[in-house]
This record gives sequence, structure tokens and C-alpha cells, in this order.
Amino acid sequence: MAGENNIIKLENISKRYDGKTVLDNINLYIREGEFVTLLGPSGCGKTTTLRLIAGFIQPDEGRILLDGNDIAGVPPYKRPLNTVFQRYALFPHLDVYDNIAFGLKLRKTPTNEIDRRVRKALKMVAMSDYEDRDVDSLSGGQQQRVAIARALVNEPRVLLLDEPLAALDRKMREDMQLELKEMHQKLGITFIYVTHDQEEALTLSDTIVVMREGKIQQIGTPRDIYNEPVNSFVADFIGESNILDGTFIKDGLVSFIGKEFECVDTGFGENAPVDVVVRPEDVYIRRSQSGTQFSGTVKSCIFKGVHNEILVDTDEGFEMTIQDYNPFEVGEKVYMLIKPEDIQVMKKERTANILTGTVKDAGTIQLLGADFPVSCDFAAGTPVRVEVPFSSVDLMDNLDEGVISGEVHFILYKGNHYHLTVRTDDGDFLYVDTNDIWDKGDLVGIRFSDQDEIRISELQNEN
Amino acid sequence: MRIKRTTWALPYFIFLLLFVALPLVMVLFYAFHGRDGGITLANFVRFFQTPEDLHTFVYSIEIALITTVLCLLLGYPAAWIMSNSNLSRSSITVMLFILPMWINMLIRTLATVALFDFLRAPLGEATLIFGMVYNFLPFMIYPIYNTLSKMNKSYIEAAQDLGANPVTVFTKVTVPLSMPGVLSGVLMVFMPTISTFAVAELLTMNKIKLFGTTIQENINNGMWNYGAALALIMLVIIGITMLFSDSEQEQANEAGGLI
Repeated sequence: MAGENNIIKLENISKRYDGKTVLDNINLYIREGEFVTLLGPSGCGKTTTLRLIAGFIQPDEGRILLDGNDIAGVPPYKRPLNTVFQRYALFPHLDVYDNIAFGLKLRKTPTNEIDRRVRKALKMVAMSDYEDRDVDSLSGGQQQRVAIARALVNEPRVLLLDEPLAALDRKMREDMQLELKEMHQKLGITFIYVTHDQEEALTLSDTIVVMREGKIQQIGTPRDIYNEPVNSFVADFIGESNILDGTFIKDGLVSFIGKEFECVDTGFGENAPVDVVVRPEDVYIRRSQSGTQFSGTVKSCIFKGVHNEILVDTDEGFEMTIQDYNPFEVGEKVYMLIKPEDIQVMKKERTANILTGTVKDAGTIQLLGADFPVSCDFAAGTPVRVEVPFSSVDLMDNLDEGVISGEVHFILYKGNHYHLTVRTDDGDFLYVDTNDIWDKGDLVGIRFSDQDEIRISELQNEN
Repeated sequence: MRIKRTTWALPYFIFLLLFVALPLVMVLFYAFHGRDGGITLANFVRFFQTPEDLHTFVYSIEIALITTVLCLLLGYPAAWIMSNSNLSRSSITVMLFILPMWINMLIRTLATVALFDFLRAPLGEATLIFGMVYNFLPFMIYPIYNTLSKMNKSYIEAAQDLGANPVTVFTKVTVPLSMPGVLSGVLMVFMPTISTFAVAELLTMNKIKLFGTTIQENINNGMWNYGAALALIMLVIIGITMLFSDSEQEQANEAGGLI
């Protein structure tokens, strides 16, 4: 990605607020004229990244380069960038014309030049008749247009857009998306766009940067991100998908949902645990068995406008989401086929919770800031590495029943069980496999069951 | 039986009638009547023919204006600094500014007199203005602080983003957007200062007479009709300042101004 025409480079950027890491070693290159979208759920650091580029906040570590020059000490008003704010931030004491002319007047542009450019900008956002209007009298969509005109009239090198369409209704949002895309093509300037809406990102962008918890997960074209997500988070966040636990038997052969499938992926080792992603539209569903790979029963079928969304319980006990143009009856026996090129195999980020702690006595280990009852043979005071399988972590409704408590942070359905990310009260993450249904944000008590499955080894003292 | 909401308003209505509307009618009545009982404009004519009272009137407005301007010059920066500092610290600062108001104004003023005595400062115009500013400064700071601290910070970022340096941000965005608070503050200070008399009497040992004192003297001496006319003239002046700011009033309410 490091070409000659990179307009903005973020190098090893980290940002912390009150000891909490908001951005963790971000590296990003943005090419001149590109439409880049920072995509992620709330709290992923996308807006912080935008504000760093705009200059409203400074990074704790790392450098931001504009045309190869470090702009750390350059205040926002000297950066050749303009921002379209989430809530528009139009000045309520100025009318539409003066809002748009604000930047030009500060630059002591001649009056007739201001007039020409303001009118041009108004025409571009189709707001020509509104120049004398009070900004408070405009609708959300009109305010949005004025905000875009106010930024573009200054002819910035880069336009920063912070969830600009979030406050608009669906129809208007779709219209504005098309207009933004057109504007980008016509003007040829770089757009950096922040959104949590994956559909918007796929529609608008040349490049999507998927972020989660202050880290970049994947950078790629919309097509790459959709077809080849690098991990289960990206797969789940972008579009609908079946995310399943699998085993990579050997190059070109992977097993999941209790069946073996040919695939095109190589290099994951032999009999290695992997995540497998299959998009709902890539599962072919038939009424006859010939040429299919597995069978199941229709659990539900919902008409979604263009296609039907069908939930199928496979005979091996997994649930799959499938999209098809034809409707199926509930309870109907169906047969499925997945083509090798539609199977996306991903390395598992982890296969168990790896924790470090200290042995307290024969039946207790100090872990995650609390005393867990885990039997072990090591002497008291020994530092240990504790490997807790996902299925050995129990979540309790009653917080007092757990050794520690936490909050359900992220939920992934894996066909026959849920894979949860739980954030403990101390901010550590635990990963849990469960059949129980939890909601994001649920408060849970945490304890370990299945003592036999927990593996403990002495931690090698590296100092 | 359900009690209608208007029923609850009845006591307030009676209160307003007895203690606001009726006195106003009485002021009007006395102002336009002579001592003999006939309707006349003589009370007003007398005011414009008494140089001493005219002079006191103009002087009172002068003092009120000076006080208001000083309060604004001192209060705006204070409000601005408080609204920019972090929350826990600023709430303490706000407390400190409001704290003197927990003490009765007369007691506070008497204490100020004692302080000037101790410092051997001669009581006069300077001490009068000091006392007025001291008494009314919180009324200026609070509404301005209120609008500034409620102001959306994204306006400031938007201005920076469009190329405004810190000074320009202040003059082109912060000040215009805080005008509702400024107006509230100006009214809150100007209105009471123009009619105050206790502060003036105490802080100048009756050396300087303000219009409020003139009214009080006339009424105390049984000149009800002339006193009422003077009170009416003052009401009109205050009414004019209210009218002047009427258009801004709605904005002031929206932006969290105090009136």
C-alpha cells in the first residue's frame, strides 16, 4: 500500500483516555483521491481516528503524516482538511449563506469570489434557493447538505465525514449516499468516512477499514472484506453469515457441521481448528437429493423482499441461514450444497482462554484479580499458566454465584452454540461457549466448571 | 370529583391580583391624580421642572450603566474561564461566586462599609460602584456561564475546522452564541441597580442620592402622588429595556438564560 501518492499516513498511532486504550498501534495509509471508510461498532475508535486526523486531539504515540510531513504540531485551523460533523454543527447565529461563507471570509477571499463559490457549492448540494434561510428552519437532510457545502466550499485536500447520514431516515440516507458518491467522483478529493453501517460502507467505499476495540481488523476493498473476511468478527459485522467451528483436515479439505467439504484454502496445517464462514446466499438449497452434500429440515422461511431467508436445522444438529429466491415450507425436507470457492476458512484467534495467575494453596489459584477454586499440585506462590476451554466457563444470572462478574460484550452464533466475549469488571476478556441465550450487555457471574478440562502448567520465569 | 388544573392556579391568580396588579393600578391612579383628587399630569410636569430630581434620575441611570458594563467586563471572562475548566473544579468555582448571595444583601453591604472604614477609604461614588458591582456580579456571571457551558462544543470545533484561530473562534462563534446569556445578565444587573437605594445610602453615608431614594423620600413624606409618578417613570424605563431585548428573550430561554 505504501505508494508515492499517499496523502495521509498514520504510523503506530496509540491513544489513551484515563488509562483506557482507545486506539492501539494503528497503521493506515490513505491514497490521494480515495474514498476510505472507517467501519466498526461504537467504541471501536473510528471517530477518535478521524478526530486525530482533523487535529482536535493529539495521539499519545505515533505520527500522522500529511504529504509525508508530520503534522503533530499543526492546529486544526491550519490543516487543509474539512469536516462534516455528525450533528452538522451549523452555526445557529448565521444563515445558510454565511455558514457556507464562514471559511472563505476567514481567509479574506474577495467578496465576489466568495459569492461565486458559495453559489456553486449551494448548487452542488441542490440548495440554491435556501441561501437566506435560518439553519434552524431546515430539515435534517437540508442541514446535512449545508454542512457538506460548508466543508467543500473551502476546497479541502481531504474531506472528513463523521457518520454524516446517521440522523437521516432510510430513504434519504440512500439518496444522500448516491449523491456523496457522485460528489466524490466529480471532485476527485480524498474522502475519509466514519460509519457503523456496514451497508453504507460497502456502497460508498473504495477501501474499508474495519476496526474493533482500537485495533484495525482488516483493510480491503468492499468485495475483499465481504468475500474474504479475516476473522469471525469481520464476517459477522459485514453482512449476514454462517460462522461455524471447523477442522482443517488438510489443504483443500475442511470439516464443519459434521461433514467434510472441499475448499480452495491451503496452509492452515493438518487437523487444525479453524473458523469457517459461509454466506447465506452461497448455500444452495434443493428439494431433491442428487448432487447435494447434506440435508436438513426447514425451521422457518421469511420473505425479505428480493429473497427468502430460510433457517434450516441440519440432520447433524446445526442451524444454518440460507437465502434463496424460492420459498420453502416449514418442516420440509431439504438438501444443501456448498461450492468449494464459497467456503471461507479463517485461522482461529484462540482455542481456549489462556490466563496467568499464582497458586494460593492446593485448591485455589489467584486469577483475574480473584481466588478461583481450581485444584493443582504446584506449591503456593508458583506462577502458573492456566488454560480454560471455552466450554468450561460458566455464566450465572446471579452475580453472587460467580467468583467474579462481568458483562456480555459480543455474541456470535456458531450454528449449534453461542460464542460469547465477556468483559470482566477488571477489563479482562473471557471467551465462552454456551447453549444459553444471553443478550449483549447482560451482567453475569463467572465461574469455572469441568475442572478436568482446565490445564495448568508452571509459568517459566523469564526474568 | 376531579379537580381541574385551573383550580390549582386559583391561589396564584389571587396572589398576582392582590400583590402585583392591584399595586400597579394604584401606582397608575396616584400618578395621574393631584392631591385634590382630580385627574392631572401635574405630577409629571413637576418632575421635569425639578432639576434636582431630573439630575438624580439621569445620575441613577449613569450609575446603573457603569455597574452593568463593569459587571459584564468582569463577569464574562469569569464565566468563560469557568465554562472551560473541568466540571468538578468549575462547580466549586461557581459555588464560590454564588456563596455571598447566601447572605442578606444589607448585611453584606454593611460588612463592606465596615471594611472600607477599616481601610480608611472615603465613602463616595467609587465605593458605591464597588458595592453595586460586588452585589450584582453573580447575576451577570451565572446566566453567561449557563449559556457558555451548555453551548455545543462542536460549534467551536467546526469553526477551528473551517480555519478559525482561537481568537477568531472566540469573537465569531463563542461571543455571538453567548449573547442570550449576556442579555439575560445585563437585564438582571441593570434592572435592580437602577432602582436600588439601600446600597447607595449605606455605602455613601447618604452623600449620594439615587432615584430609588428620591421615590422613597417622597412616599415617606406623604407625597404619594408625586412618588407614584416617579415610580411609574422608572417602570417605563425598565419596560423599555425589556422591550429592547424582547426579541432575544425566546433565544435566551432556549439557551438557558436565567430569565
